[in-house]
Amino acid sequence: MAFIPHTPEDVAQMLAAIGVERIEQLFDEIPPALTIGALSEVPEALNEMEIGRLMSERAQLDGRALCFIGAGAYEHHIPAAVWALATRGEYYSAYTPYQAEASQGTLQTIYEFQTMIASLAGLEVANASLYDGASGFAEACLMAVRINRKSRSKRILVARSLHPHYRRVARATVGNQGLTLEEIPYLADCGRTSLEALAAHEGEDIAAIAIQQPNFFGVLEDVDALSSWARARGIAVIAVVNPTSLALLKPPGEWAGRADIAVGEGQPLGVPLSSGGPYFGFMASRLEHVRQMPGRIVGRTLDATGRPGFTLTLQAREQHIRRGKATSNICTNQGLAVTAATIYMSLMGARGLERVAAASHARTHELVDALTRVGGVSRAFEAPFFHECVLTLDRPAGPVLAALAGRGILGGFDLASDYPELGHALSVCATETKTARDIETYAAALAEALRPARAA
Amino acid sequence: MSHIPPDLKYTKTHEWVRRLPDGQLEVGITDHAQEALGDLVFVEVPEPGRTLAVGEAYGVVESVKAASDVYSPLAGSVTAVNTALASAPELINQDPYGRGWLVRMRSDSQQGELLSAADYARVLEAEGE
Repeated sequence: MAFIPHTPEDVAQMLAAIGVERIEQLFDEIPPALTIGALSEVPEALNEMEIGRLMSERAQLDGRALCFIGAGAYEHHIPAAVWALATRGEYYSAYTPYQAEASQGTLQTIYEFQTMIASLAGLEVANASLYDGASGFAEACLMAVRINRKSRSKRILVARSLHPHYRRVARATVGNQGLTLEEIPYLADCGRTSLEALAAHEGEDIAAIAIQQPNFFGVLEDVDALSSWARARGIAVIAVVNPTSLALLKPPGEWAGRADIAVGEGQPLGVPLSSGGPYFGFMASRLEHVRQMPGRIVGRTLDATGRPGFTLTLQAREQHIRRGKATSNICTNQGLAVTAATIYMSLMGARGLERVAAASHARTHELVDALTRVGGVSRAFEAPFFHECVLTLDRPAGPVLAALAGRGILGGFDLASDYPELGHALSVCATETKTARDIETYAAALAEALRPARAA
Repeated sequence: MSHIPPDLKYTKTHEWVRRLPDGQLEVGITDHAQEALGDLVFVEVPEPGRTLAVGEAYGVVESVKAASDVYSPLAGSVTAVNTALASAPELINQDPYGRGWLVRMRSDSQQGELLSAADYARVLEAEGE
């Protein structure tokens, strides 16, 4: 099937109509030095049979490793019905609905999604989704500066215990827009954000504070104290949260200093790890801030004859209308991943999600108990955790993880480059997908991996 | 033809200015502007105390079809904002020169740059009203 509908005759006719000989002439203003010419690194096109074979060979390279890495993407069981339904022809598009109102089914799905996210977050409104957790966090920073009209600064205090990739993406996104992100350290003994360090900013003009719960170390932050401190000083509160954890933990909308914005990575809700994406970001906020939300929002309304229907609402702030003054350059959403997440949440229900969260928490405790029984392994922080935990080894984690990978075990996330102050540290995660035997297998392999060098 | 009270001053960007007895200036958007925007659904006004430059965008009026900036007609500082608009933006549609005012400000600058009602009527004519 040809994806370009114009025949050579169509093209010739159009060029004749505007008095141009070749299409290239339309791009004359681009200096020749900037055109790329041949794409030498891009191989020749393959036919369907050839590409099918290449892709299955590549998939085999991934193997069927036992995964204990969390760090922002989590392996959960996905009921077969989720993708069987999400890939039905009526749903199967990665795109946000164009000709929106003609896509009532898709709009209703997004509306249900928003309702579920808002209810998980304990906030009044949610948007139709963002690209991923990291870009969602960057958008939350921009939004926080917009909504905090009492503050004249564009300073945001960001917990160092917040996902390092999110902080990097946010810095890249907002740096040129005059925002500054300043790090708040965590306490070395428990991995929680330091209230004392916050107090050092007393009296300063700060637009927002960003906290992750559970934080990147899996540790539960004292979100009530942190958010209350900010609330009392007119500082907006951004909560970065794991959606699965919200089935058990107090939602950001119920923190003592109620969060203004909650964002996070939606992947745990029915989206496979897939080597890193596509995932989706979610965002919820207080109703009073709805006009400053980026992205799109689907609303429920009545048509001219009084029948209920769904519509894209609050579009007046989007880029195709407001141009450079739009709240964000995002006027789309992650259609397919959100469809899967909506189906996942509706199949699990509140109770099911709670069981997933509780099982993941319990499995991670078993994992940590088993691994810390291995000589040379200890916990980095003495603090309650959700389904991730930081372990310290007696030697650099990199080679140990490489040895484990050789045995088909993805043993965790090496923290050496993002948190050198933690020494030889890695974070590990277990979800409901891991069995007692999986945990034994990992512990045995770790003991093995740590043995030779200790003897030497 | 939209309503243009003769006793007010205007800008080309469809704001009006009224001098109050105490010397403060009251500012809003014109009948023509509200008509062009359609039903207003949201109005964003600045914080009182904010200092504005001439022509600075200080707020947003949002209708079902567009969100437009409103520009400060003069340099000065905001002394009061119409808080009633937060829950009743339609006041601008119903009474653009009265209960639909946006902000009050103090300004030391001359009003010389502002248009008279007759000048503003010509601006609208030129725009094809």
